[in-house]
Amino acid sequence: MIWETAPGRCYSAAAMATTLVEAFALLASFDHRLLEIVGLSLRVSLSALVLGALLGLPLGAWLAVASFPGRGALIVAINALMGLPSVVVGVLVYLALSRSGPFGSLGLLFSPKAMIVAQTVLVVPLIAAVTRQIVEDAWKEYAPEFSLIGLSRPQSVLLLLADCRFSLTVATLAGLGRAMSEVGAVMIVGGNIDGYTRVMTTAIALETSKGDLALSIALGLVLMSLIFALNAAAHGLRCWAARRYG
Amino acid sequence: MFPLRLDALRFAPPGRVILDSLDLELGGEGISLILGPNGVGKTLLLRLIAGLLTPVGGRIDWGGQVRPDGRLAMVFQQPMMLRLSVFANVEFALRPQGLSAAGRKARTVDVLARVGLSDRAGDCARLLSGGERQRLALARAWAMRPRLLLLDEPTASLDPSATEQVETIIREIRTDGAKVLMTTHNLGQATRLADDIIFLADGCVQEHESAHRFFAHPQSPAARAFLQGELPWRIAFDR
Repeated sequence: MIWETAPGRCYSAAAMATTLVEAFALLASFDHRLLEIVGLSLRVSLSALVLGALLGLPLGAWLAVASFPGRGALIVAINALMGLPSVVVGVLVYLALSRSGPFGSLGLLFSPKAMIVAQTVLVVPLIAAVTRQIVEDAWKEYAPEFSLIGLSRPQSVLLLLADCRFSLTVATLAGLGRAMSEVGAVMIVGGNIDGYTRVMTTAIALETSKGDLALSIALGLVLMSLIFALNAAAHGLRCWAARRYG
Repeated sequence: MFPLRLDALRFAPPGRVILDSLDLELGGEGISLILGPNGVGKTLLLRLIAGLLTPVGGRIDWGGQVRPDGRLAMVFQQPMMLRLSVFANVEFALRPQGLSAAGRKARTVDVLARVGLSDRAGDCARLLSGGERQRLALARAWAMRPRLLLLDEPTASLDPSATEQVETIIREIRTDGAKVLMTTHNLGQATRLADDIIFLADGCVQEHESAHRFFAHPQSPAARAFLQGELPWRIAFDR
């Protein structure tokens, strides 16, 4: 069997097997280049997740309990932004951070910080939308008693976030998955600079186009393992919380 | 806050009238029970008094005031249980009262002891049994030191033992100075707890009498028919 990889390059089954062996060898030897890329990916995505959670959780919870004209339109907009293409976010953040843009003076473009900003923009709508739905369901159940007890809206929001913490953790992990697996935005605002802004997804895209499949596959295995571990953690957390807290 | 007067209260969602020209006056002491057939508006009446719903007609007068000047608490048939500890499920209700953390803790510890849940204080509230949940809900309401406590069928799904525990707590809350207004379908419970009975039928108060007089000599045909449907309880009361 023959696989075509980069234009004009074809792999036989034997070559593919060799590539796989090389990929596993890279993993087993804790290849410095590979570790550097994985480390940067985790640093960027986890930072984006923390910022996204700090913004998305309160925003979603506030939307769940607030009533104001245009609330429905705002909810629709945030839900729609969950599907925002990462390349579009990349272009928007690029324009904002470019020298002539409103934040050009910060000099963030083509740096890990710019990638964090782009991934934060991507995960905030996802976390806010899921949070809004989860908290709103709880709010419908609790609102009469909260009202009689006399809790203010900020007190209610904090209690609802505490009450829904396990479901919201799952939503937050989904945000991490979105951040780690996107490629377009970080490619545009980070520039995929070797040793500086190259993360797993951009490295996979680049190395595949160059025909260096061993590193691509090794990075892909790491990425897949992380995504799988995240989902397993989310599932385990839900099961544990259901047993422990009902 | 008292007397609590409901004047010509009307509640009519589209297509039907549930309460119409309902008049009622309640003093500030004792346990008043609302009785009546299913769907007559007992829970609705509690929610109107609690301010969770707005009547389409009539008015609620709190001792000459538009709003109650004392604290009001309500325990629902399915009380809310946050995914927090038993202790936290009481303590959070005291936050709007401006108590210090130590004050909230002391009052929570005290009230949990009174309802017999001290040993469950650290457990998750959602894992309590039905009877324990109702006791916790009563503890939360009691901790707020309400002047008026509204109870919506607090023993609807409890076994006799749990019902007895809940009834004991309700009596203690009354002794503590709260006026209790509750709904029930359990006529035996009504004979055990009630100082006075409010009988609802056809959207209005058909009778408001002392419990003994109501069960011994119901005045309205609707109340007589209602009680005859529960004959064994009437015999128990007459003894």
